[in-house]
Amino acid sequence: MSSPATRPEDLMGLTKGEYDTILDILGREPNLTELGIFSVMWSEHCSYKSSKLWLKTLPTEGPQVIQGPGENAGVIDIGDGLAAIFKIESHNHPSFIEPYQGAATGVGGILRDVFTMGARPVANMNALRFGSPDHPKTRHLVDGVVAGIGGYGNCIGVPTVGGEVNFDPAYNGNILVNAMTVGIASTDKIFYSAAAGVGLPVVYVGSKTGRDGIHGATMASAEFDDDSDEKRPTVQVGDPFTEKLLLEACLELMATDAIVAIQDMGAAGLTSSSVEMASKGNVGITLSLDDVPQREENMTPYELMLSESQERMLMVLKPGREDEARAIFEKWELDLSVIGETNDSQRLVLMWKGEIDADIPIPPLVEAAPEYDRPWTATPPRAVREPSEVAEPTDISEALLTLIGSSDLCSRRWVWEQYDHMVMGDTVGRPGGDAAMVRVHGTKKALAISTDCTPRYVEGNPVEGGKQAVAEAWRNVPSVGAKPLAVTNNLNFGNPERDEIMAQLVGAVQGMGAACEALDAPVVSGNVSLYNETNGQAILPTPVIGCVGLIDDAASAVGNGFTAEGQTIIIVGQTAGWLGCSIYQRDLAGGSNGAPPPVDLVTERRNGDFVRTAILDGLVSACHDVSDGGLAVALAEMAIAGGIGAEIDATPDIPTHAWAFGEDQARYVVTCSDPDDFLHRAAAAGVPAEATGTTGGPALTLPGAKPISVANLRETHARWFPEYMASR
Amino acid sequence: MKARVHITLKNGVLDPQGKAIHHSLEGLGFDGVDDVRQGKFIEIELSGNDPDAARASVSEMCEKLLANTVIENYAVEIDD
Amino acid sequence: MSAAVIVFPGSNCDRDIAVALEAALGTAPLMVWHGDSALPGVDLIAVPGGFSYGDYLRSGAMAANSPIMREVVSHAGRGVPVLGICNGFQVLTECGLLPGVLMRNASLKFVCRDVDLRVERGNTAFTGGYKVGDVIRIPVAHHDGNYFTDPDTLKSIEDNDQVAFRYCEPDGTVSDAANPNGSLANIAGVLNGNGNVLGMMPHPERLIDPLLGGTGGTPMFTALAEAVAA
Repeated sequence: MSSPATRPEDLMGLTKGEYDTILDILGREPNLTELGIFSVMWSEHCSYKSSKLWLKTLPTEGPQVIQGPGENAGVIDIGDGLAAIFKIESHNHPSFIEPYQGAATGVGGILRDVFTMGARPVANMNALRFGSPDHPKTRHLVDGVVAGIGGYGNCIGVPTVGGEVNFDPAYNGNILVNAMTVGIASTDKIFYSAAAGVGLPVVYVGSKTGRDGIHGATMASAEFDDDSDEKRPTVQVGDPFTEKLLLEACLELMATDAIVAIQDMGAAGLTSSSVEMASKGNVGITLSLDDVPQREENMTPYELMLSESQERMLMVLKPGREDEARAIFEKWELDLSVIGETNDSQRLVLMWKGEIDADIPIPPLVEAAPEYDRPWTATPPRAVREPSEVAEPTDISEALLTLIGSSDLCSRRWVWEQYDHMVMGDTVGRPGGDAAMVRVHGTKKALAISTDCTPRYVEGNPVEGGKQAVAEAWRNVPSVGAKPLAVTNNLNFGNPERDEIMAQLVGAVQGMGAACEALDAPVVSGNVSLYNETNGQAILPTPVIGCVGLIDDAASAVGNGFTAEGQTIIIVGQTAGWLGCSIYQRDLAGGSNGAPPPVDLVTERRNGDFVRTAILDGLVSACHDVSDGGLAVALAEMAIAGGIGAEIDATPDIPTHAWAFGEDQARYVVTCSDPDDFLHRAAAAGVPAEATGTTGGPALTLPGAKPISVANLRETHARWFPEYMASR
Repeated sequence: MKARVHITLKNGVLDPQGKAIHHSLEGLGFDGVDDVRQGKFIEIELSGNDPDAARASVSEMCEKLLANTVIENYAVEIDD
Repeated sequence: MSAAVIVFPGSNCDRDIAVALEAALGTAPLMVWHGDSALPGVDLIAVPGGFSYGDYLRSGAMAANSPIMREVVSHAGRGVPVLGICNGFQVLTECGLLPGVLMRNASLKFVCRDVDLRVERGNTAFTGGYKVGDVIRIPVAHHDGNYFTDPDTLKSIEDNDQVAFRYCEPDGTVSDAANPNGSLANIAGVLNGNGNVLGMMPHPERLIDPLLGGTGGTPMFTALAEAVAA
């Protein structure tokens, strides 16, 4: 095949310097197939070239970690010979262009990352960010993304147990769709991607290859402009039915010992899967592209290598085990094709119609991948806002109703009722809790899972915001009674070639690293999504954290709804009334400015460990972490969830609105039937805790405010989402 | 030979998808849309060359699988 | 005494129903692959929820034509209890064991939530653990659960007392507001004429454990265990 006609360095997103490196590696001009392979392997999406330097600083190890970043997903030990395998991944750009299919294939991709490693997926989570509700595209995007997530997860039969949805004008041109999957495997049956050994058959399974999604990886590494709608043909279409068959067939084959290595074909398809397997195994691979199952006619090697057709896997088998594998895949009505063999050349050689179409040495393709230390200048600090600088509401109760009826704090029921959150029969409780809980099948244990990030904090102070994202995701886990074990992260930012964006990335990673260290929650997997900009307008920095924890007996967990009348309400943690960068300030007091609340990681750890222990000791009847909207919103949510009111008799020594809506960190609201025991233990542990009211009655009464009936709270909380989605 | 099968909902069967499409068309400013009914269109490549046999065979496919005759009508076209 | 769960490509509540049956019967049910053509000596058949064949073409249409379904129909004819849940209900209507069809939800959206059901018929192998008029709470999770039939069929279903469950308010009132999917006459579950085949959209197998939010489904499995043991 001839060289590309146009200037190659412009053709596929490579820089002139990167192109020169290719010339050095090959000692000649690359042909189109080879250039395509370098382009996707060196794309931001596959090479992490802008972020790698900083990602390396994150803590990734601990006694609980079986496998950290670098494989398809992270693996942690959950005892009794079992492992939890999980990862979060973005599908932002495809979801903006075609929301249903973009979101659906995002779910399909992350599911494959998890079952590739030998785990049966047991839970899906997500973190979604949309533009302003007033933006003309937002409703359509919400509708499509939610339906797509549900469409895929519901069909394959993995429960979608929780997540987060938020709106901000900064996402008008770039929505975020981050999907997380958690699976469970035996610790002695975990599969990796290293194709160690020569003369081994390379086997393709799953759907046939078509032209869909070609250059999806490079699309995920470029800014949008107004022509992005024209990029529709590169969006893949998901087939959850085939993925269900692929899942069952893979798990059945994994029960044998026929597999040497396995890798899903996700971004950059056959290219990245074959290169990664060969690279990790220090071998070469020769592929016969004529043998790749093809869905369309006249496909070229370039298209076959770069296609992102979904529901495909590449495996390396032990020699002679092909027929055994084929029998299993045929039972599940799937294609299996031997398309190549490993050898000791350390080269990727592609054969096409009897001739060599591409020949690339693998070590430099992988190791010479660019890594940039992009310039950045630290984000200027913002002034701290005293409560007195933030306007008081005319009426605390009206302000609370406005907040819980707002787009960001209202009930997400409209969303999660479209997700089958109960299939597989192990979901404890319903979505809307602090952390979702999924029982480990056949045991009493449960995994607790949360996703979180507060982008306005990260914008205000990337380091504190990065800490807070970890702290809040982490805090959700002890608030049900579970012990956090590890996190996965999805770093969503704008164009890293801009100083101020790179500064957000660097600061957030620094903050996250410190928090993961202090909270003993190493990062075991993750994903980076950069260039989330349209016409120079970047998204808010959004480093989403997914946290996974464990509780030994799911029956000892607590929910976040009031459970009975006459319980004492206790606030755990210090309430200083931090209103800067709060939801109250943003929505009711003229804009999100001022410094975000600082995160004291030692306090965070101490308070969280204390609350978890108190729950496990049976002292707590309900628990809710305090986050967006502060104490007032937390109390309202507990009243709504339990259908029980409360009388709050605190006499705050700070302005009431700061007490009610301040967003100080490391706080929980708990209810107890024996408050004395709880308070004594808190005092002994040095944990601030204060009895602040009693549950009961039909209304919630905040200090100095008129009562609000629980019915009114519930109705206000429930109203916004369905009304918004039904309007046009 | 190619068979084209149109599957439509019977009159009187509620069609919420058609209703939603109708509603959306009005929202987009298309006036004068009285009603919308949606259905399925299926193309089948056939190896034989007898149109009558093909029609009979495709009709049987409709009865057995392609349509649910409790709620759906079907129409078969055969291209020679 | 043995039970069978029919598994189609795309079934995904097969394990859930097997867990519920094993808890009630004391023995694990036989998992029968759709391509099999024999159902040796079973006293109870469950057709599980899921997305057989991806719900492509019409929910349940392709599964209804699987080889094993001939055996299921023949067992049903001999009086063996057959329980179809969700996609299983769709399969049983598509293969003609039950009247009516399940169309796209009136909201056009997938809906997963707990619903209240009024028990309309108590004296069957499935519903013997409930009394007529009881209100039970179990979840639905479907995209195509909008029960529809022509007026004559509806009349005969009602006249023959074939409605097993209707969607209702917590106090038992049958109302539009309690109808999650637009089903005709709020029908959530239907029996065949002989009362030995039940199809229902809600999932009784999902609420058999207080830890998971309730036990509204438990009496159905207890009743089935008693019926097949008798």
